[in-house]
Amino acid sequence: MKENLQEFYRYRGLLYMIVYRDLKVRYKQSIMGFLWAILMPVLIVMSGILVRYGYSLATHMPLRTEDLASVAVKSIPWSFLVGSIRFSCNSLASNGGLVTKIYFPKEIFPVAAVMACLFDFLLGFAALVVFLAIIQVGWSVYLVWTPVLILTMLLLSTGIGLIVSAAGLFFRDVKYIVEVLLTFGIFFTPVFYDVSMFGSKAKWLLLNPVAPILEGLSACMTLHRSPDLLWFAYSFVFSMTVLIAGHVLFKRLEPAFAESI
Amino acid sequence: MSDIALRMEHVYKKFRKGETYNSLRDLIPALTGKMFRQRELSGNDQREFWALQDISFEVRRGEAFGIIGPNGAGKSTALKILSRVMKPTKGHMAVNGRLCALIEVSAGFHPDLTGRENIFLNGTILGMSKREIEAKLDQIVAFSGLDDFIDTPVKRYSSGMYARLGFSVAAHVDPEVLIVDEVLSVGDQAFQQRCMERMRTVLQNGTSVLFVSHNLKAVTELCQHAMLLERGKAVTIGPTDSVVQRYLANDLSQINSNGNREVYISQIKIRGHAGEQLKFESGETAWVDIELTATKNVEKLALVIWLVDESHHVIFHTSSERLGHRLVSLRSGETYRGTFELSLNMANGTFGVSIGIYRADIQREYDQKASAAMLFVGSTTGVSGAVNCFPRYVEAETAMVVGGSGCEQV
Repeated sequence: MKENLQEFYRYRGLLYMIVYRDLKVRYKQSIMGFLWAILMPVLIVMSGILVRYGYSLATHMPLRTEDLASVAVKSIPWSFLVGSIRFSCNSLASNGGLVTKIYFPKEIFPVAAVMACLFDFLLGFAALVVFLAIIQVGWSVYLVWTPVLILTMLLLSTGIGLIVSAAGLFFRDVKYIVEVLLTFGIFFTPVFYDVSMFGSKAKWLLLNPVAPILEGLSACMTLHRSPDLLWFAYSFVFSMTVLIAGHVLFKRLEPAFAESI
Repeated sequence: MSDIALRMEHVYKKFRKGETYNSLRDLIPALTGKMFRQRELSGNDQREFWALQDISFEVRRGEAFGIIGPNGAGKSTALKILSRVMKPTKGHMAVNGRLCALIEVSAGFHPDLTGRENIFLNGTILGMSKREIEAKLDQIVAFSGLDDFIDTPVKRYSSGMYARLGFSVAAHVDPEVLIVDEVLSVGDQAFQQRCMERMRTVLQNGTSVLFVSHNLKAVTELCQHAMLLERGKAVTIGPTDSVVQRYLANDLSQINSNGNREVYISQIKIRGHAGEQLKFESGETAWVDIELTATKNVEKLALVIWLVDESHHVIFHTSSERLGHRLVSLRSGETYRGTFELSLNMANGTFGVSIGIYRADIQREYDQKASAAMLFVGSTTGVSGAVNCFPRYVEAETAMVVGGSGCEQV
């Protein structure tokens, strides 16, 4: 494991180049360029706000500013997760030429895919900060939790990315399963709603390891309080486990990559 | 530092033929099927085959080593194991120092990026640091000869330009071990020449080169030692000349006679002054002995012989009829022997010898052996090109031109 990490570190220049390539290619041919990175989150936030508006009409509860802020805070990390899993799932197959021809640690591809999405996420997040400032959500000392929660999200998506990219090479089904899970995942994850709406059943929703992260972000950024520590610990341990398991699985399968493409 | 740059010890590689399970739909029935058919599958699995068997060789520092062999002999597998893309099933492999594989030089290119961006991308993939590439950028661009197109996306490049850019990057990596696979088949004559020169320079700087090619001429020119692979086994390892000779001889023995023709070519032999041989010096004489066997009565036969070069162009063609020889008639069961005498006035290269028989009056072809044998012509006279004109250079007296004649020296 230590050797693997050292080797990965030695190839960091390549990681940087691949991320650069992915971003450049993605934005090169579009007229709007990097504005796309902001347009996508704006769309998802707007659809979230629409859902919340419908909900408030149905329940005759007023739509509060915090609700809007909460939807925005949760949508952007969610779209990062979806994007990075989708992108890393294809990363090995779409770089097949390199995988079969030249030696280097192949986890560079899924990791680079996640990094490219992280870049988009940071742009979107910057826009989010502006948005939160405009609607005057305010700030508190609990904001220090934000980077910790985002880091947990990053660990989780890297872990999943490693698993689906390697598995996707051996079973084409993985791609379709991932696609379906990502499409419907938003209904099982508190992005457009809060787990608190489910009262005592909230804990079942929080078993989804993404839920405590999103709820935590909403708590520290819009509600000015600390995330639920126990649930956060659950998510963190879960993410670390997925990352380590993903790395082990990836390294176990790596020698067979060239033969299976 | 040891003297050995690269070593393979008893390397085996096993592949599975046929179906691999690419989706769950295939895997689940296959697994359940396997449970019931356990007994059948035990023992020797028919679907496995050995792509490499017991391959051992070593390459010294600064040495060029060639691997030749027919298609499917395991050359590419050997290279993939050396470049660590694949793991050997059994055996051991060691490389001292940075290894760069020119297996497919443009593999790392992205069509939407410009030539310049791809130089950086591909250079990094091949193991160069960003600073190293920046330092060598001008050299790389100059080598490729693509100065005018360097800021054009490579998807607009021709396939030749693509390969040239790829090789130019790879040629500047300065590795300790360079693996070259058939890259010389791309690009025009001038570029190929430049590649060979570059490889020689690299060799002089102490890099070891492992060269895999069908171009026997290039292998002989570059490599001191070579290995002949056939069906995954190393047939011979030794000085390149003798290995190439052995390869050509094997080719010749593969004539498969076809019994249901009315007359067929039953044997082709190539002789030189030293007896049966396939390797000649430019200008030497070769005799091609042909034996025909008739299974029915045939008449008015003529023999044709033609030579093709490495790019399959016919460079020479004649027939016994055109040489003014009488037409041959054979009775069923008879054999006939004839010999073409050829002066090999070509420059060095590998040439395919093809033989055919036809009936002269109705132009009906009975049998044909295309590239039945390979001739290998080496020249020590320092000429290159298609033919050997046996040049000589004579110097006239040097004289001073006195007074302006109006002619300017160019």
